[in-house]
Amino acid sequence: MTLMTPPARHTARPHGLRPTPKKRPDPTHFLFLIPTLVAFTLCIALPAVMGIFFSFTNSVGYGDWDFVGLANYQLMFTDPAIMASFWFTLWFSAVTVIVTNVIAFLLAVGLTSQIRARVPMRAIFVIPMVVSPIIIAFVFQFLFAKTLPAAAQAVGFGPLEESILANPDLAWASIVVVTAWQAIPQALLIYIAGLLAIPADLYEASALDGAGAWQQMRMITIPLMASYISINVIIAFKNFLNAYDIIVGLTEGGPGTSTRSVAMTIFSGFETGDYAYQMATATIFFLITLAIALVQLRLTRRKDQ
Amino acid sequence: MSALTIDSIGTTRKVPTNRAKGRMSRDKFNIPLTVTLALCTLAVLIPLFVTVNMAFKTGSQAVQGEAFVLPSPLSIEGFVQAWELTNFPVAFGLSAFVSAIAVAGAVLISSMAAYAIHANWERTFFRFAFFYVLAAMFLPFPVLALSQIKLSGLVGLDTPLGVGILHIMFMLGFNVLLLTTFLRGMPQELEEAARIDGASTWQTFWRVIFPVLSPMAATVGIFAFLFSWNDFMMPSMIIADPALQTLPVVNQLFQSQFSSNYHVSFASYLMAMAPAIVAFIFTQRWVLAGVTQGAVKS
Repeated sequence: MTLMTPPARHTARPHGLRPTPKKRPDPTHFLFLIPTLVAFTLCIALPAVMGIFFSFTNSVGYGDWDFVGLANYQLMFTDPAIMASFWFTLWFSAVTVIVTNVIAFLLAVGLTSQIRARVPMRAIFVIPMVVSPIIIAFVFQFLFAKTLPAAAQAVGFGPLEESILANPDLAWASIVVVTAWQAIPQALLIYIAGLLAIPADLYEASALDGAGAWQQMRMITIPLMASYISINVIIAFKNFLNAYDIIVGLTEGGPGTSTRSVAMTIFSGFETGDYAYQMATATIFFLITLAIALVQLRLTRRKDQ
Repeated sequence: MSALTIDSIGTTRKVPTNRAKGRMSRDKFNIPLTVTLALCTLAVLIPLFVTVNMAFKTGSQAVQGEAFVLPSPLSIEGFVQAWELTNFPVAFGLSAFVSAIAVAGAVLISSMAAYAIHANWERTFFRFAFFYVLAAMFLPFPVLALSQIKLSGLVGLDTPLGVGILHIMFMLGFNVLLLTTFLRGMPQELEEAARIDGASTWQTFWRVIFPVLSPMAATVGIFAFLFSWNDFMMPSMIIADPALQTLPVVNQLFQSQFSSNYHVSFASYLMAMAPAIVAFIFTQRWVLAGVTQGAVKS
């Protein structure tokens, strides 16, 4: 049933058919929805409103509190630790979005070509999606700390002979690798779905006109995949901004605080009694997430028209 | 290869794909590309291989930390120790309990809400409810976390049960979106026929709507399981008692005790990962179909 076309209605309907706006609604439908809405409000909406409210107070999470206006926000914007975690998170997300989507796109093109063992290979590439992020981060932590340096020493490659996890300038790379490793399957599946939707005769016609593989990619595949690319970029960006599990498993925000994400900074408020202060961080974080999502949606819409 | 294969997206297609370059004959495969992609699968398989490889070593061999040296002799010492150290049966049971709540709730509650919204789409209240739960998709968990810790502690839900409930509510927006989209494609006559036969709303839901929804509900259930089983952030924040933690959190809590007993740590990781991988192997067609449907439709 769409919005545009109301269903054809019989004049004499037995009682209890799909209600019209004039009829009284079916009480059972309210029963299906109201408890869920109440629970949802208590679990999601109330904490969100509470968090924003307390960001204007000096609450430590319990006991008395006073309004302090925008003091938390002023402090926050001059707090180097919080600003550093914001920049790290934005920058890491941007890099990982690019890495994830480039690899996923290339794999999708490969996995929809004339290759052998296509189905088992697709299944293998999807496995990373189903393993727990923190557990796989522990496995990679071992690989980065023990296996990679040992391999680098064996072939005499200097830069990697020390564990990159202990290097403040390189630790971020390990987080990009593991985050991308885990995020590629979802992007890959969406790209495969998009590539399968491209009519085959476009390729046949362009081949008859003498187009090479590279021209087909530029003139047919990439333009037709634009909307899939933007969906993937939005999903990935939104997920990466919340980076937490994988960082805990790999570096715990270290060395020092060089790989602390915004989520880690906010959670730290629970131990240190900075509840109201970190709620200001969370509010700004929410606004940034929302702004990025809306900007990307706007750009997508324009492309589609 | 047969003329028709079920490919992993869950659709049936003719084998020559739309990416066949020009007039390629039907049984000509691109071998260099096949080899390249097979090499790429190593990026997925190596970490998994290392996990299994390390888990089956003896303590004295595991300490050396050689990722690619095969276990000799094969030993389940690591599993035995991990089982006792982390109190695996309890953590496994709690993880299963949280996931079961999340799956049952995601399937039932989202389906009922989606049906109510779908059936009353002309009503402002129901349409508002739809956008209200949808808006939550933009709320990151870190924004809610500290307040949720406070609230769940107040009402005594700082337990696995509370995490299960939060998982349901977190997924609600996306699931309702998927299921209402799916219901719009359902012929209305089905529902009307049930009504004419005198079925109540309750009966209509169970006998007509839910069976129609079941393919999409299965997808919702599988994703609820994967999300809930693998989640670390919420249980680590919400569950107050370390003895009641789920598997991902237990593995993090025992990091320092694993130290260089790699056979114990990797056996523990493997036992935590295995259920999700096994579930995926059995349900991969729905998983693959679901990801694409969800993404393309939303």
